[in-house]
Formats: sequence, structure tokens, C-alpha cells
Amino acid sequence: MNRLSGKPINKYPYLFIAPAVILLVIFFIIPIIIAFGVSFTDMDLKGLANLSNVSFVGLENYTDLFSDEKFLKSIYNTAFYVVIGVPLVIISSLSVALMLNYGSNWLFRTFRGVYYMPSITNIVAIAVIWGYLYNTDYGLLNYILSLISIDKIPWLQEPTIAKISLIILAVWKGIGINMIIFLAALQGIPKSYYEAAEMDGANRIQILFNVTLPLLRYATFFVTVTTLIGWMQFFEEPFVMTDGGPLNGTLSVALFIYKEGFQFSEFGYAAAASFVLFIMIIIVTLVQFKFSKSE
Amino acid sequence: MASRDNKNRVEKTIVTILLVVGGILVSIPFIWMILSAFKPESEVLAFPPTIFPENPTIENFVHLFTKLDFGIYFRNTVIIVLASFVGLLFNAMAGYGFAKYSFKGRDKLFFLVLATMMIPGQVTMIPVYLLLNEVGLTNTMVGIILPGLAVAFSIFLFRQFMTTVPDDLIEAARLDGAGEFYIFFRLIIPVAKPIFAVQGILTFIAGWNSFIWPLIIASDDSLYTLSVGLSLLQGQYASNFALQMAGAAFMVIPIIIIFSFFQKYIVEGFTMSGIK
Repeated sequence: MNRLSGKPINKYPYLFIAPAVILLVIFFIIPIIIAFGVSFTDMDLKGLANLSNVSFVGLENYTDLFSDEKFLKSIYNTAFYVVIGVPLVIISSLSVALMLNYGSNWLFRTFRGVYYMPSITNIVAIAVIWGYLYNTDYGLLNYILSLISIDKIPWLQEPTIAKISLIILAVWKGIGINMIIFLAALQGIPKSYYEAAEMDGANRIQILFNVTLPLLRYATFFVTVTTLIGWMQFFEEPFVMTDGGPLNGTLSVALFIYKEGFQFSEFGYAAAASFVLFIMIIIVTLVQFKFSKSE
Repeated sequence: MASRDNKNRVEKTIVTILLVVGGILVSIPFIWMILSAFKPESEVLAFPPTIFPENPTIENFVHLFTKLDFGIYFRNTVIIVLASFVGLLFNAMAGYGFAKYSFKGRDKLFFLVLATMMIPGQVTMIPVYLLLNEVGLTNTMVGIILPGLAVAFSIFLFRQFMTTVPDDLIEAARLDGAGEFYIFFRLIIPVAKPIFAVQGILTFIAGWNSFIWPLIIASDDSLYTLSVGLSLLQGQYASNFALQMAGAAFMVIPIIIIFSFFQKYIVEGFTMSGIK
């Protein structure tokens, strides 16, 4: 209670928080209110030039969305990414963290860096590099496969394969940050827990499933929630690699919103789609919190 | 006991081998990028591909600056990085304000800050564009920089750290007659060095990599960042993979160097911020 309560200089706290809070209000709070309003209008390029061209259309954008095949396809694709990608990211980052936790010499430190690298690499650079690796004729991947006489794979030209190719890339990129979170949690487990389990004659597998994993449940919950939210907004990978093609086969909901908004300038329609995505994210997150509470 | 030690050693060897193999697989894209960046245009299309460049050349890198405007893109990217450090200072100040003062509306305002973390980027993208368009800031550097300055997650991490700074330290400085801003800049920033290190690196990486927002706001070539320029290059020189790899290497290698110097801070930072 020895904070500033009761003293006359209380303009200072506001001076400290003002710059950041004002920016957040302008660029997050006000925009979400605008987006909600815009989603009930037919705002487009004409409306951008002159606001009197904008008219209220009620729920039309929302009802149109659910009869728009492209939008429904993007929901299906996003579900595909989430259902396959999220478990893959969690399992791979947990496995890497468990292995890295085995030692602490220079080798383990170096490889910690190596596994983290993809997650801080620029997405356009990634697209350029992987575009070359995935190239059907000159790509390294198809060359390696040709050595064991497997035919050329059209990595980015066939809708389902393209989705899987993007998932591989996104898992590669997504391991780093989650691995660090698991690693921090693993290093927080007291050694005595393992020793006690070994005294009781538990083997490695039993220790993993009965000691380590249960103690990681907060980290796992955190990683699951953030990864799921991130993958529901899957955007950059299809945007830079395929632009949603072939035949909208890699189009995600987030990319749909971007394209409607900034390529076709249908701001009202895109805003409505963004709210549908927002509501889906809120529902999924709430369900997860509910599940974790009941445990 | 000897057999258990033996078993442990075997286990550790297996884990090490798995780690190394996985690590090599993970780094193949980087290795391939660096090797290809030094190959002449004809060699990258060779089949079967050569692993090491047979006629190493730096011509690709020269082209980035002569044929393309990578010099300008680099300058713009540096401007964005520097500006994002101003944002970092704002976030630190806000974190300090929320942690070390009690004032009217504090909890409500902090909740507001946290709430912004839950809003997906796609929801705010369009209205922010419309707002900036209203005030004539589209296609300006200010319009590119402003929306990204305040970061809720960063404010949150600063606040978490600042709460661990003892109140007595601040009180003592006040008794000595130090002003509030003097205390923040001369006392708090030095004490909070570890969290500044982590946030500094993450801010640098985010600024250096910034792509979508500059792409939306900038319509002039003179405002493009390195990422926007690289995506332009990918479109224009679709089959010149050597040039593309050189462009990618120019973006990625500085980050690799900075990261390998500071990686221990990043790991410590996550442990420190209490996400366990």
C-alpha cells in the first residue's frame, strides 16, 4: 500500500500509460466498432470515395456469406488445416522439447537455436525458399524422391496435396515458439520428482506418461489455445505460397477476408466475414476453457 | 548402478542422434537457400541439381541493388525497425504505469489492453485501413508505422516484470527528490534490462519482417519494405531462383546472426515471463 495512493501527483500514471493505451484504442477498440458497423453496409470503393454512397443492408452480408460457395470452401479448408496441423505442431514441438531437455551442453544449445530459427524467419523469404524446394521440375524435394524412383509430386498444383504442403511448411515454422514454451515448463519440473519415480521402479515410458506429461498440462493448455487460435487465422502461408489456389483449394477464411477486402474492395462483405471468423474463434476458445475446467 | 549408467549413455546417444538428424532436416531450406544464392542463374535450373555451387558468384546479390531497389527497401525497413523501438518504449512505460501506480480505472484499462490481444488481425485490418484513408495516411510511412507501435502482449510482459521491482527502491528515489520520469529512465530501465533485451530482439525481428501492413498501405515503390520487395521480385523473376534465393538470404541472414548472439535471452525471457 505504499504506492502513490492519496498523494497529489496522480497525473503521472496516466502520462505513462497514455501513449500506448491511446494507440491501442485507436487501432484496436475503435476499429472493431467500425468493423461491426461496416459489416451491415455495402461499403466498397465508391463508398470509400464518398460516404454518401454507402447504404445500410441489414443482415444481407451475413446471409450471403453462408450461400457463398467460396466462403464455405474456405471454412472447409481452414478446418482441414486446424484438424491436421494443430496436433502435428503440438506433438512435434513437445517431442523436440523433450529431446532438448536431455542435455545442456553446446550441442543441445545449438540445436535449440536451429529448431527455433524457422519461427523467426520472414514469411516471404520462407515462401521464396519453399517455392523453390516444392517446384515440380527443379525442386530439391522431387529430385530427392526421384533418387528412390518416386514420380514427380505436384506439391502446390493439386488442391489436397497443396493443403498438405502448406501444413508441412507451417508445422516447420510453428515448432520453434511452442518448443520454447514446453522447454521452459520442463526446466521448471524439480529433479526430485523424477528421482522419486525411479526409486519406485518406474521406467522411462511410465515416467513420461505419469510424471512429465501431467506436470506439463498448463503449458500444453497454453500451447493448444494459442496454436488453435493461430491456425484458425491461417493466412500468411496460403497468401504467399498459392494465393488460395489451385481452384481455391488452399483458400482459408482469413485469406478470403483479405481478398474480399483488399483485392475486390468489398469492405462490408469482408467485415461481415471477419466477424464470423471472430465468433468461431471465441466459441472454440470458450469450449476449450470449459473442457479444461471440467478436468 | 554401472548398467544403469550404461543404459543412460546409450539413451543419450540415441536422443542426440535423433536431434541432429531432425535439426539437419529442419535446416535444409536454409542450407539450400545459401548454397543456391551463390550459383549462377543457369546452375540453379540444372538437373540433377549441384549441391555446392560449381561457379560461385556474388552477381545475384549485386543485382538486388542494381537491377532492383533493394537499397531503398533496406532503408525503409530500417526506418520501421527504429520506429518500432519508440513503440517498445511506449509499451515499457505503460507496463510500468500499470505495475507501479494505483490509479482510478487501472484495472478496467488493463483489462481493455488484454482484450485487444483477442481480436484477430483480420477484423481490424479493414477498419484501420478505412480510418487511415479518412485522414490521408495511406501510402505514407506514418500510416505504415503507427498501427503497429503499441503491442498488448508486450505491455503485459513488461507489467509482469515491473511488478517484481521493489516499491522501496522507487520510494527511496522519490525521497531523494527524483522526478517520476527521471526514476523511470534512470532507475527502472537499467533494472529492467533483461526484459528489455528480450522485447528488443522480438521487436527487431517483428519490424524487420513486417510485410502485410506495408503491403496494404504502401502503393509507391519508394515505401516498400524488404519483404514487400522480395515478394515483388518473386513475381517478376519467377524462374530466376538464384536471384530469389539471394533476396531471401539478404533478409534471413541478419536475423540468423542477431539471433545466434542473443538466443539465450529469448529462452530466459520466456522462463522469466512465467508462461510455464
